Amino acid sequence: MWNRLTLTELAQRLAQRETSASEALAACWDRIQQVDPVLHAYLSCDIAEARLQAEAADRALASGATHREQPLLGVPISLKDIIAVREQPLTCGSKLLANFVSPYDAAVTEKLRAAGAVLFGRLNLDEFAMGSSTENSGFGPARNPWDPSRIPGGSSGGSAVAVAADECAAALGSDTGGSVRQPAACCGVVGLKPTYGRVSRYGLVAYASSLDQIGTLTKDVRDAATLLGAIGGHDPRDSTSVPQPVPDYTATLEQGVRGLKLGLPKEYFVGGLDPEVRAAVEAAVAQFQQLGAETIEISLPHTDYAIAAYYIIAPAEASANLARFDGVRYGSRVAGADLLELYQRTRGAGFGPEVKRRIILGTYVLSSGYYDAYYLRAQKVRTLIRQDFLEAFGTVDAILTPTTPSAAFPLGEKSDDPLRMYLEDIYTVSCNLAGICGLSLPCGFTRQPRLPIGLQLLGKPFGEATLLRLAYAYEQATSWHREKPPLPHAPERA
Amino acid sequence: MHGTLRQPTSNPFQLVEPTVAKKDFDVSYVAHLARLELASAEAESLGRQLGQVLAYMAKLEELDVAQVEPTAHAVPLANVTRPDEIRPSLSNADALRNAPASNDGLFVVPKIVE
Repeated sequence: MWNRLTLTELAQRLAQRETSASEALAACWDRIQQVDPVLHAYLSCDIAEARLQAEAADRALASGATHREQPLLGVPISLKDIIAVREQPLTCGSKLLANFVSPYDAAVTEKLRAAGAVLFGRLNLDEFAMGSSTENSGFGPARNPWDPSRIPGGSSGGSAVAVAADECAAALGSDTGGSVRQPAACCGVVGLKPTYGRVSRYGLVAYASSLDQIGTLTKDVRDAATLLGAIGGHDPRDSTSVPQPVPDYTATLEQGVRGLKLGLPKEYFVGGLDPEVRAAVEAAVAQFQQLGAETIEISLPHTDYAIAAYYIIAPAEASANLARFDGVRYGSRVAGADLLELYQRTRGAGFGPEVKRRIILGTYVLSSGYYDAYYLRAQKVRTLIRQDFLEAFGTVDAILTPTTPSAAFPLGEKSDDPLRMYLEDIYTVSCNLAGICGLSLPCGFTRQPRLPIGLQLLGKPFGEATLLRLAYAYEQATSWHREKPPLPHAPERA
Repeated sequence: MHGTLRQPTSNPFQLVEPTVAKKDFDVSYVAHLARLELASAEAESLGRQLGQVLAYMAKLEELDVAQVEPTAHAVPLANVTRPDEIRPSLSNADALRNAPASNDGLFVVPKIVE
C-alpha cells in the first residue's frame, strides 16, 4: 500500500517510522511487476542499486535525519529516461542510445539526491521527447492505465503512467511543447511545467533548447509544490537558468483564491474542443467562482499561429541539437566507406521516423533560402504570442484553459498523420513559446470510456506559487485527484 | 509590437499543391544536409507528410511581421559568462566509455586524410 501514498503522505509515514524507505521501494517494485508488463512505463530499473539507496535512507532516518532538512528522504522517485543519472542508462527512448550509460548526474538528479530521494527506474518516452503519445519510443509505447488500448500522452508518457498507476511516489519529465502537462491530463495526475529558467537543464538531453524545461508529475498539487521546491534554483552550468530565489511553494498553498483573477481566452474555447472536455472545464470555472476567484474573458489573438510557429522553431533547434549523434563519440555506429557514409548510415539506422521527420523539417527551415520565410518569421510570431500573454497578465493573475482538446485517443489513431498529431498540442505549446509556467490537474472524466480530463492553468513568469495556490484550492474542493485507475490493487504488505 | 491580421493570401510558398511541394521540397537534398540516410520508401512518405506540414505552416504568412523583432528565447538574461578558470570535468575514461570505437585514449573514426 505504501506505493499508493502521495509523496507528502509517504514522507510523513517515514518520519513517524510507520514504514521504511526499503519497504516503500519494495511496494513500488511489486507494483511494477504487477502492472508494468502491460503499461510499459519503465524502460529499465536497477532495483539492486535502488535498494542500496533505500537502505542508506533508512540508516539516515535511524541516525536522526529529518524531513525538515531532506524533504524527500526515503521517497521513491523515477525519472524520464532523458535526464542523466550517473551509472544508469540514458537512452532518450532511442535505439541509437540503447547502450548509453550516463557518466554524470543532471543538476536535478543531484538536487533530488541531496533532498534524500531514492531514485529508481528509467521512464519511457517518445524518442528524444519528440511526440505527444509515447508511441515514438524506440522500445515500444507506454499505455494509459485508465484504458491500455489508449495512449498515455507524451512525450513524458512513462512518467505520467508510473505516477497514475502508483509505481512510484512521483516522477520528473520534460516539457518542450506540453510533454509534462498533456500526459498528466491523459493519465489523471498533476503535471507542472515551470517557467523557462526556473529549473536547470544541465543533464537534460536537449531537444529544443529555448523551449525545454524539466517538470514534475505528481499525485496531487502539494507534491508538485514540494518537488518543484527541491529541483528549482540557479545553476551556473545552465546559462539559461535564472538566479531568482526559490520560495517555499508549500507555504502559500493554503492562502485561497479570493480576489485572484482568472482569464478565459476566448480563442481556446472554439471548434475542435470535445464537448465533454468543454463541460468539465466550464464546471471548473464555476468551481473557481464559488471559491471566490474572479473570471473574465480575455483574448490571446495569436493563438491560432502557435502550432505553426512551434513546429518550425522546435524542429529547427532539434536538427542542430541532434547533430551530435553521429556515431563518433557515443551511441551505436553503422560503419561506412568514409566518414560521411558513417554519419548517414548511423543516423539513418539509429533514429526513428518522428525524429527523422523533425530533423528534416528543422534542417529545411534553417536552410539557405528558407530561413527568413520560415524560421525568422516563426521567431517573430513567437514575439507576438509572448506579447499576448504578457498583456493578458497585466489584467489577470492566471489563465484557465483545457489542457488537451480531447481525452486520450487510441494507440495508432494518429501515428501516420503527423499534422493531426501536432494539432493535439494546440493548448500547450504557447506556454513554452512564451516561456511562462503552466500546470495541468484533473478536472473530471469522460463518460464512456471513463478517461481523465485535464484543466490547464497558465501563470506569469516565475508565478508558480500563484498557480499552485489556485490548483490547490480547486483540488481541495474536488475529488478527481483521489480517483485511481481500474487496475488490480497491489497485494498488501505485512 | 502587434502584428495586424490580414486576409489569408494565396499560399506564398506554393506548397499546398503536392506537385509544387515536391518541386520545392527536395527530401533527398535536405536529408543530405542533415547527414541522414533514408530508404526510398521512407523518403517518399516523409516528403509527402512534410509537404502537408509545410503547407500548414504557410498560415504564418497571414501575419504582417515586418515591424516585429524576433524572439530567440524567453530568458530575462543576456551575455551570461563565467570566470575563465579550470574546473573538474569528465575523466578521459568517462568521456570514452560510450564511444563505439576508441583506442589509446582517443575516439577512432575512419581515415579522413589520404
